[in-house]
Amino acid sequence: MPTVTVNGKEVSIGDSERLNCIQAAKRADIEIPHYCWHPALTVVASCRMCLVEVGDKKPDGTVAMVPRVVPGCQTPVKDGTVIVTNSAKVKQAQAATLEYLLLNHPLDCPTCDQAGECFLQDYTYKFGHMQSRLMEPKELKPDKDYIGDQITLFTDRCVMCTRCVRFTREISGTGELQVINRGDREEIDIFPGLPVNNKLAGNVVDICPVGALCSKDFLYKQRVWWLKSADSVCPDCSAGCSIKVDQNNETVFRLKPRSNPQAQGDFMCDDGRFGWKYIHSEERLKRPEMSQGDRRVAVDWDTALTATRNALKDAATKNSKAVAAVLSPWMTVEEAYLLAKHLKSLSPDVRLALGPVRIEGQDDHYPKDVRGNATDKPKFTIRAEKCPNRRGVEAVLQHFQGSIINIGDILSDAAEGRIDTLYFVGGDPRGGLEDSHAAALAKVKMLIVQDILPSPVSARAHIVLAGGSFAEREGTFVNQAGLAQAIKRSIRSPEEARPDGRILWDLSVRKGLFNAGVFRNEIAHEIPALAGLSGELHGSGALLK
Amino acid sequence: MPIQEKDVVWIEEPELSFWEQTFLPAVAGGLKVAIKHTIEQHSVTEQYPEQKPDLPLNYRGVHRLNRDEQGRVRCVACMMCATACPAHCISIVAEDASADWPDRDKRPQSFVLDELRCIFCGMCEEACPCDAIELTSIYNLTGQNREQMTFDKDKLLSIYDQTKDNPRDPIRTHRGRLGCASELERQPISATSAKPPEGPRAKKS
Repeated sequence: MPTVTVNGKEVSIGDSERLNCIQAAKRADIEIPHYCWHPALTVVASCRMCLVEVGDKKPDGTVAMVPRVVPGCQTPVKDGTVIVTNSAKVKQAQAATLEYLLLNHPLDCPTCDQAGECFLQDYTYKFGHMQSRLMEPKELKPDKDYIGDQITLFTDRCVMCTRCVRFTREISGTGELQVINRGDREEIDIFPGLPVNNKLAGNVVDICPVGALCSKDFLYKQRVWWLKSADSVCPDCSAGCSIKVDQNNETVFRLKPRSNPQAQGDFMCDDGRFGWKYIHSEERLKRPEMSQGDRRVAVDWDTALTATRNALKDAATKNSKAVAAVLSPWMTVEEAYLLAKHLKSLSPDVRLALGPVRIEGQDDHYPKDVRGNATDKPKFTIRAEKCPNRRGVEAVLQHFQGSIINIGDILSDAAEGRIDTLYFVGGDPRGGLEDSHAAALAKVKMLIVQDILPSPVSARAHIVLAGGSFAEREGTFVNQAGLAQAIKRSIRSPEEARPDGRILWDLSVRKGLFNAGVFRNEIAHEIPALAGLSGELHGSGALLK
Repeated sequence: MPIQEKDVVWIEEPELSFWEQTFLPAVAGGLKVAIKHTIEQHSVTEQYPEQKPDLPLNYRGVHRLNRDEQGRVRCVACMMCATACPAHCISIVAEDASADWPDRDKRPQSFVLDELRCIFCGMCEEACPCDAIELTSIYNLTGQNREQMTFDKDKLLSIYDQTKDNPRDPIRTHRGRLGCASELERQPISATSAKPPEGPRAKKS
C-alpha cells in the first residue's frame, strides 16, 4: 500500500486512489490552505495558497526534495512522496500569498456576510501577517448588485480563485460567469444581459471562499456565528440531497448542501435551497381541530388523539373493509411504520395506500450544453419526483400488506361511499390533492387529516392533526437510489403543532417518547427490506439493498 | 492570535512569614483603621439630589448611537455589540444601505436596546468597530413602564443629540486603531501623506 509522509507523519493511501497533496495531508489531519482547489472542480492552481515542499523518498532511505515550493493541489502523491507544510520556506510562501491577496481586499469584515465562515479571515489568522505594508490607497472596484436573481457580487472582496466560473462551466454547464480584464483589473462578471439564473446558481455562493458572492435571500439576515446547524435531507425531490439546516431562535435562515459522495455530491439545487419558506408560513396548521356541527373548533391534543383513536378502533371493529389510510411520500420511514403498524393491528383488512406522488416534468440533468440539453455524463440531477421518501413508504406498505394500493382506488371507492373512515396524511407543501379529487372524499363519514398546511383535503376533514415540517421532525428518508439518510430536528413546531412521529407514537399508545434513532433499529429488525437501517445512521447514510 | 505557551507567565503564591502566619499584624492594622475613623469624623454622604454627584469620566450610563459627519446613524449593523453583550439586550435588524447611501453597504433597520436588561458593562462600546454605540454619563434613567425603557434607534440617536456637546461625553473614538491595515504607527511618516482615493467608496476600508 502506498505510503505518504506528511510533516514526518506517515499515512497510507489506497492502491487505486489518485490524491493530491491537499487530500493526502488531510488524511494526516494536516490542513493545507487552499482557495481555488475544490474537490468537485478541475485544478487550475492559480491562487498559490497551497504551496508546499514536496520530495521523494528513495529506496535507500534518502529523501530528494524539489528545490522550490509547488502547488499542493496540482501535485499528485505516490508511494514515498514526502510533503512538508511547516518549513520556514512554506510559511513564508503562505504569508506572502495572503499578503498579496489582502492588498486590495477591503477590511469590511463587520459588514460582510461571510465573516465567521470566511477562508480569507481564517487563513490570515492562521498563516498570514497581522499587518499590511501597503502604503497606497486600496484599489476598490464597484459592486455588481445584479449578476443573478439570487446572487450579488461584491467585486472588491474577490480573490480570483475562479471557483464560480469553473462551477458554471463544469457542473451547471451554463457558463454565465467569466473573468474579464487582466492583471490587477481582473474581475468576475457576466455577459451583458445573461445573468446567472440557472437552477444550480445558489451553489456559487457556497463555493466562494470569501464574501464576494452573497445570497440575496440571506444577505444581512443573520451573522453566521449565531446559526446552529442540524444535518438533514432536502425534502423537495427524490434526489435526497444531504443538507444542513441553519437556524437561530427557532427561525430557519438558510439551507446549505452537505458534502455526501453517496448522495448528490457537494451541491444542491435552488428549488431546494430556497423552497423551505413554507415552514414559517402564517398559513401553517398550528393546533389540532375537530368539527362540531358545521364549524371547526380548536381542541387540545388529548381530545383530538383520543377521538382519532376511538374512531379508528370503532370503525375497524364494525366494518374494517371501510377503513383506509393514505400514507404520504413526505412521511419518514418511522412515521409510515407507526401508522401502518397501528392500523394493521386494529384489523388486517384496513387498506393502506400511497399518497399522491408529485411528478413535475422530467429529471433535469446537469451539466447542460450550449443549447440547454443535458450531456452524457450527468454530474447533478434534479429529480422530477418531488417527494423525498416514496421508496421508504413503499417498503413499509409492501411489508404490511404485500402490495401498494394506488390512491386512485381509494378515491374511487370513497366516491362510491365504500369508505367510512379515512386517515389521510399530507405533507406536500404545494397542497397535494387537487380540489376536484378531494371532492371524492365528500362521502367519507370520518376524515382524519394530518398535514402541515391547509389543503382541499384538510378543508373537508372532521379531525385535523397539525404536523411538523421536515425541519421539525426526526426520522429517515430513502431517496430514489435507495440511500437511507437521517433527518434531524432543528426547530420546534409552531404553536401547538407537533412533529408527526410524536403524534403517531401517542396515537398508537406506545410507552416512552418517540426517538427516531432507537426506533429505526426496531424497524430494521422487522422489515427485511429496510434491514440496512440498523445501527447508527451516519452523516452519509446507508445504501439499502 | 491564540495564546502562545511562551507568553504565559506562571507565578507562585508568596510564602507567609512567621508573623504573617499569626495574623496579629493584620489584626492590629485593622484596629488602627477603625480607631482612626472613630477619632477623625468627616462625612462622606452626598446630598443627592440637591447635590449632583461628581462622576468619574469613564462612568458608564445610558447608551447613545452616534451620528456620522452627514448626520446619519454611524452604526453599520455589524452586530458585534449584540454578540459581545453578556445580557443579550441588543437586537438589531440589518438592511442593505447601498441604494440610498452609496458609501455604505449595511445599516440598521431597527436597533433596539433594552435598558432594563443591560448591565452597563460597556462591552458593546468596546466591541463596536466604528465608534457608533457609546455609554454616556446619564445615570438617572427612569421610566414608567417597560416600553419606555426599551430604547429604539431614534431614541438612542436623540440621546446623542442631547449629549454631544456635553464635555463629559466626548466621542471616544479609536478610529485609526481598528485593525492591521489601519495601524499607521509603525509605518514611515510619508505613508500618512498618501491621499485617500476620491469617490464615495473610499471610506469602506
